[in-house]
Amino acid sequence: MDAAVFAYISHVDGKADDSALELLAAARALFPGSDPVALVAGSGPALDSACLHAAAAFAQVWKFDHEALAYPNAELLRPLLAKVLPPGSRVLLPHSTLGMDLGPGLSVKLGAAYLPDVVGAESCEGDTLTALRQEFNGQVSARVACDLSGGAVVTVRSGAFRAGAPGAAAGQVVDRSADAAGLAARRRFVKLVKAEAGGIDITREDVLVSVGRGIGEKENIALVEELAEAMGAALCCSRPIVDAKWLEKPRQVGTSGQTVRPKVYLALGISGSFQHLGGIKGSPFLVAVNKNPKAPIFQAASVGVVADLLELVPELTERIRAGSK
Amino acid sequence: MEILVCVKRVPDAAENEITVEAGAIKTDDLVFSVNEWDNYAVEEAIQIVERVGGNVTVVSVGDGDAEEVLRREMAMGANQGLLLSDPAFAGADGLGLATILAAAVRKGAYDLVLTGALADDGAAQVGGMLAALLDWPFASLVNLVEVNDGHLRVGREIEGGTQEVSDIDLPCVLSIQTGINEPRYVGLRGIRKVASAEIPVLDAEALGARPAAPRVRRLDYFVPPAGAGADMLTGSTAELAGQLLELLKAKGGLK
Repeated sequence: MDAAVFAYISHVDGKADDSALELLAAARALFPGSDPVALVAGSGPALDSACLHAAAAFAQVWKFDHEALAYPNAELLRPLLAKVLPPGSRVLLPHSTLGMDLGPGLSVKLGAAYLPDVVGAESCEGDTLTALRQEFNGQVSARVACDLSGGAVVTVRSGAFRAGAPGAAAGQVVDRSADAAGLAARRRFVKLVKAEAGGIDITREDVLVSVGRGIGEKENIALVEELAEAMGAALCCSRPIVDAKWLEKPRQVGTSGQTVRPKVYLALGISGSFQHLGGIKGSPFLVAVNKNPKAPIFQAASVGVVADLLELVPELTERIRAGSK
Repeated sequence: MEILVCVKRVPDAAENEITVEAGAIKTDDLVFSVNEWDNYAVEEAIQIVERVGGNVTVVSVGDGDAEEVLRREMAMGANQGLLLSDPAFAGADGLGLATILAAAVRKGAYDLVLTGALADDGAAQVGGMLAALLDWPFASLVNLVEVNDGHLRVGREIEGGTQEVSDIDLPCVLSIQTGINEPRYVGLRGIRKVASAEIPVLDAEALGARPAAPRVRRLDYFVPPAGAGADMLTGSTAELAGQLLELLKAKGGLK
């Protein structure tokens, strides 16, 4: 019999999040024929509710109830999972900020291989899993072979595996809370601080002009501000622009910023990392302008232009202004 | 506080168009530099030492080229460099690198180890593995560090731009997210000042560490198959602007 497959279930407000069904789909694609066990940790009624939710999709759910697990602290989850998972386990985690926190150290503690940010499955034969990853910000894909003989911790990119229907399987919930007794962490959760909106709310805008690293210099931001103004659009940006402090954090689109649902999205000098695209929902009309014809943004865009922003943007602004007179 | 910052020399993602030939990345024309995240880690270490005193050591696993990266970070203000170099280290995977770095940490007396949150391969794994090997607490994607008595208050950047605040005991390992600070500019003068600084080199024997055979191997690289992709516009700047204007009008992009 093949080694057991597990999936860590993130949950909020008593509901398993979208990653739960995606991990189930990933488990079936990566390890055909497997029947993964859901791992659900938390505390109190919210945990019970999340377990029932998970049991609608997974045949078996392991529940870990402990006050200290009310907030998912990787420093508590790691020793707990290292204790309860059998040798050779294949563990799937979402490639989220929790998965990135938990996964690498968990693989060390389990003596397992670590395969992060998987985007596709190719084959699983004997002790070798062949899967797909991306490198250099999505510019290239890599086929990787992972040795499963000591087990594996695999993190799965959000959206890479299509979730199936929630299903109505009445899975069995096994209470493993006794294993969580005596947990103590050397990292203690204090609080969450939400990003301040500061009067800017790009999530409600229909038309967004978004600027990325390709704009080159801080001084050039004015060019896209003028274009946004001429279009009557709101200005937003990708992560490097916020890191450089050229625009404020509430204007950042992406998994570590805001999730937007515009009708039209004009991406200027944005390469199109999965973190950025993860923040654009609702299939807008996406126009991408980039000097690199191989930029991944062109795979996601409806219309693409390979051009120098410093020439094209002022020209477009001028035409819009001329047209509105 | 004695701080060790792990840095890596990588192809500069902003400067390179990555090309694949026969399943491998063409490296001849690549521009290399220090991994972007690592600059933030070094800057943070320097700022911590400016506040509470101590020393910043930058360390890298690699060959002579990695030494250039160390010098650049020393020009930023790191007090010393340390190069971990051995033919046995070639081809080390994330766990291999973490094993080599863990040996270097054990040879010193560090209170805090920083890494960049991720590098060119996007794996974001070395910091977490290093912490596990040392059995130190770990926090990833850190965008705030405050030094308190015996522990740090750290912020992690989680989904939606929310900051998760925790207290973490020392010694610990933190992986640093971009945007935590503004890495200082390194001028030619700074580089010249450290040009002749001696950088000790430790090999596998000195470290007593040999990375195990990688359990994850790259079989090949390929350029992702072009899906439907974008409808590409062509023409002069004026023609492109004209076409874009019409499209934006038609799709409700102008108000």
